[in-house]
Amino acid sequence: MGTAGPAAPARPAARPPGRAGRRGRVPIAPYLFLAPGVLLLVLFLLVPVGYAVHLSLRGLRVSGGGPFGRREEVFVGLENYAAALTSADFLGGFGRLAVYGLIAVPLTLGLALLFALLLDATTTTAKRFSRTAIFVPYAVPGVIASLLWGFLYLPTTSPVSHVTEALGLGAVPFLSGAPLFGSVANIAVWGGVGFNMIIIYTSLRSIPAEVQEAARLDGASELQIALRVKVPLVAPALVLTGLFALIGTLQVYGEPTTLAPMTTSITQTWVPLMTIYRDAFTRDDLPLASAASVLLAVGTLAVSVVLLRVAQRRAFGSES
Amino acid sequence: MSAATAPEATRAATPRAARRGPARTTRVLPTAVLLLGALYCLVPVAWVLVASTKSRGELFSTFTFAPGTGLLENLSDLFAYGDGQFLTWCANSLLYAGAGAVLSTLVSTMSGYALAKFRFPGRDAIFYAVLGGVLLPGITLAIPQYLIMSELGLVGSHWSVLLPSIISPFGIYLSRVYAAAAVPEEVVEAARIDGAGEWRTFTSVAVPMLVPGMVTVFMLQFVGIWNNFLLPFIMLSDERRYPLTVGLYSLLSKGSGEPALYSLAIVGAAVSIVPLIALVLFLQRFWRLDLISGGLKG
Repeated sequence: MGTAGPAAPARPAARPPGRAGRRGRVPIAPYLFLAPGVLLLVLFLLVPVGYAVHLSLRGLRVSGGGPFGRREEVFVGLENYAAALTSADFLGGFGRLAVYGLIAVPLTLGLALLFALLLDATTTTAKRFSRTAIFVPYAVPGVIASLLWGFLYLPTTSPVSHVTEALGLGAVPFLSGAPLFGSVANIAVWGGVGFNMIIIYTSLRSIPAEVQEAARLDGASELQIALRVKVPLVAPALVLTGLFALIGTLQVYGEPTTLAPMTTSITQTWVPLMTIYRDAFTRDDLPLASAASVLLAVGTLAVSVVLLRVAQRRAFGSES
Repeated sequence: MSAATAPEATRAATPRAARRGPARTTRVLPTAVLLLGALYCLVPVAWVLVASTKSRGELFSTFTFAPGTGLLENLSDLFAYGDGQFLTWCANSLLYAGAGAVLSTLVSTMSGYALAKFRFPGRDAIFYAVLGGVLLPGITLAIPQYLIMSELGLVGSHWSVLLPSIISPFGIYLSRVYAAAAVPEEVVEAARIDGAGEWRTFTSVAVPMLVPGMVTVFMLQFVGIWNNFLLPFIMLSDERRYPLTVGLYSLLSKGSGEPALYSLAIVGAAVSIVPLIALVLFLQRFWRLDLISGGLKG
């Protein structure tokens, strides 16, 4: 992700030539335009990050010893980080998150790409209806999506279990054991496919018609055109949707939290953010929760940067 | 998307002529897959609409997709719950998402315009801070934001949800990409030479050109804030300030002890998603999602 936008091949100096005489004068206007944004950025992004780092290095200590000791907040170095990194709850959450992510991310992107290619193909019909229908879940909040799917999973209301029970097979255990991961991932896939499909589709539509014509004249089939011509050309959109899917995965919270009242298999520490929430608000251990938040944020940032680096080398290396 | 419709005609014409009736399956199968995807996406929505018509008894006894007889009763229960709390939640969601998205769009557009069209000391530093913000999962900030809000004495107020919703690094980033592409340097120059001040140039020359980008940022922010759960969940404790997401969650979590609330949660979900789906389907014609992937090249 370079600094140059798409239409900035040669950015002329923005300072108007008429005022070039007054050299060295710094314009005030851009600072005024930026003031509200920067103020909010500092107040709700930089300060919280700094505060979280500060808190994560503090801890409560009993000083003086014995029954008369006072609890006071002191600097404890990396103790909270060590505690977070050795906490079975927190690490277990990452393990479950990995399983969930390995199902949700490839499925979301794969289906989004598939539907986008089908919308762009010359052989399909009912495009407008399908595109609209697949986009509908974007407008459904994750919490409400979890509520809807939760009832479709619950043995007493599930249509699937209704059928399997009629066949004498018993209810499908959507909300326990191994199927639980698929069930939670499915909610994310359902909510994410449409938006990602639209981004990839929009990107497909911007491929010049001549490129496909040339391939067609060379005798390429629709499938070959899709895989060899279209997919490489929409790589930037795929990288971006992949990045969003990954960031979304690391911060999954609302879905399992909403499903939790329906099943005993989702514990209070099912994913890392749930552990962080419990530590902060149920156990009142803000330093530990802050350390875990910082770890989660740094982890996400690292994964994003690595992904972008790799993608940039692979996908954009030749063209730009 | 509007920009993408133009080449459709030219593209569709040639291959159709060239294709000498390919095998039936190659035509039917892709469409079938697409329709299957549409079905998958519509089933839960269809279910909640059907389930909202079921009375409490019918919910757990009749077949999932069999319509029930309790719609009116469910609706009156929903609107009567907690002295009309459901309507308060709707109004709160509308306030957070509406005011938040409008303010966010204005702030993002001004910031993006400044970053794209001016050269000044500190520009790159600010831009990199914005990019860092895009990659930082906003949700991990929720706890420190809570602590800041409690320092400011704002925890539990409407402000505690509204203020953090205004800042959107991704919105600023998109606005910058769009301003760089949509506002030609010469037009800005001409306005300045004509003696327009910077603010005047922005409002009467740049903003009209930025409208499609602004609609995109507005939509993304509106849906993002409307769908947000963790931030209001952490900040608010008074049920009268809940947005819909937290309100419906509270019904559901109480419902495990009091099954009557399940029906309310379901009918509440049905009532609340219909207007948002309508809004998104209406506005999707105007937004420019090509911005999102376009900005990544280069």
